[in-house]
Amino acid sequence: MKGRVVITGLGVCAPNGVGLSNFSHSLSFGISGIRFHQQLADLGFGCQIAGKPEITDLQMDTYFSPLERKGLNSSGLVYGVMAGTDAWGDAGFKPMGKDHPDWDSGIIFGTGILGTDKFRESIYLIDNKKTRRLGSTSVMQTMASGISAYLGGKLGLGNQITTNSSACATGTEAIILGMERIRSGKAKVMLVGSCSDSGPYIWGGFDAMRILPTQYNNDPMRASRPMSATAAGFVPGSGAGALVLESLEHAMARGATIYAEVLGGAVNSGGQRGNGSMTAPNSEAVQRCIKEALSDAKVIYKEVDVINGHLTATSKDAEEIKNWSEALGRSGKDFPYINATKALIGHCLAASGSVEAVASILQFKEGKVFGNNNCSDLHPEILKIVDESKIPLKTISYNSNIIAKASFGFGDVNACVIFKAYKPN
Amino acid sequence: MTNQSHYEILKEIVKIYLPEDVSVSDITEESNFTSELNINSANLVDIILDVEDAFGITLENQDMDQMKTVKDALRIVEQKLVE
Repeated sequence: MKGRVVITGLGVCAPNGVGLSNFSHSLSFGISGIRFHQQLADLGFGCQIAGKPEITDLQMDTYFSPLERKGLNSSGLVYGVMAGTDAWGDAGFKPMGKDHPDWDSGIIFGTGILGTDKFRESIYLIDNKKTRRLGSTSVMQTMASGISAYLGGKLGLGNQITTNSSACATGTEAIILGMERIRSGKAKVMLVGSCSDSGPYIWGGFDAMRILPTQYNNDPMRASRPMSATAAGFVPGSGAGALVLESLEHAMARGATIYAEVLGGAVNSGGQRGNGSMTAPNSEAVQRCIKEALSDAKVIYKEVDVINGHLTATSKDAEEIKNWSEALGRSGKDFPYINATKALIGHCLAASGSVEAVASILQFKEGKVFGNNNCSDLHPEILKIVDESKIPLKTISYNSNIIAKASFGFGDVNACVIFKAYKPN
Repeated sequence: MTNQSHYEILKEIVKIYLPEDVSVSDITEESNFTSELNINSANLVDIILDVEDAFGITLENQDMDQMKTVKDALRIVEQKLVE
């Protein structure tokens, strides 16, 4: 039992569902969270659609005090606090009382950049020589570690409290870092996850790179097309996902409900060598990362029965499938089931790994493999590798045992984590 | 003598910054913002900005340094309004 790490809580704030039950429902029925955004059109963006969680005023009041809401203008922080506190509550934990922290529990909650809207507000004030009008919260809303700091204070946790950042691999990396900290015995419980702001100041740079789809502004729900022959670029998204990781001993001692086990994981980089670059993954590194994760998890390649891919809906999808196939030595009907959550939520950037990990894990609980949207026209290069029956277009009933989740990010960085259905024995 | 309406405006401003264990009825003219009302010192900066907005005045650093109690704040506001 020693060294085993399990998942006892989940939380999510996704474009197609805020809260676990809404998110799970949307994934089961293929409900998209991609919408047209007038603000992007007004600013002359090529891609005027995006995935953005819809937060009500009532929800804001539930998660934030009137003082916390005052001047709050950091969407990633909002999403992260909602997902993080939900996961903590879902695990059956409560915030600590006012005098002492919980020394055995920590947080690794990643992000790419935080509070861009708040930062914009601050820049305007500073440039107008009104720096003293910034107020006291501009730092905490815009520092990358604002999210882990905010959650740490709300919950009263006294172990490591930090924020990791590895572009689109951030969320998956956070899970691996949390698992390692518990394995090493330095913490008993780790709240892990990631968040990403929404809005033009986050998405603009990608629009400028011309890697977002521009022809679906009138048909947003069909825009994100992972694995499709007509994939036209990734749809920008935002949100947050959170998981409570816990040592098996600790979880069992308190009789916690266990979603799944984190069996192992690996992170690496292709060093921007070979076919890797700042923006594209080195295939050899991707394959090594997958193999190292399985080796760390002590899982043999044929045991993987579901993959939740990175699959962003660019021309790189076929290459990713090829990497999975070569790493696992499996193809055709022998290939695991594979799905791409981004078809319904877009690419949530730093939040993608954690939101998609929550989607992956919900499949254990629901006894399902969530369906793939917008890829009835599968890419011919993908069909050469994988039998189409392994890419379900509708959600199917299936009790998976081993699910592999990978994320790849700018900087040629990779992360792969292996989840296993939890069976008490 | 304290201007009663200014006092009410100030109380309304301070209310949101009070920690859970301090209530609005605990505020008196003699209350010290940090030591008695337990207001986080970082939030004093925000109270100053709210006071500036509410009364249409600008407070200097030395004014802020002098603003220890509710009474201090009211005195400084009256001064600024006269200026």
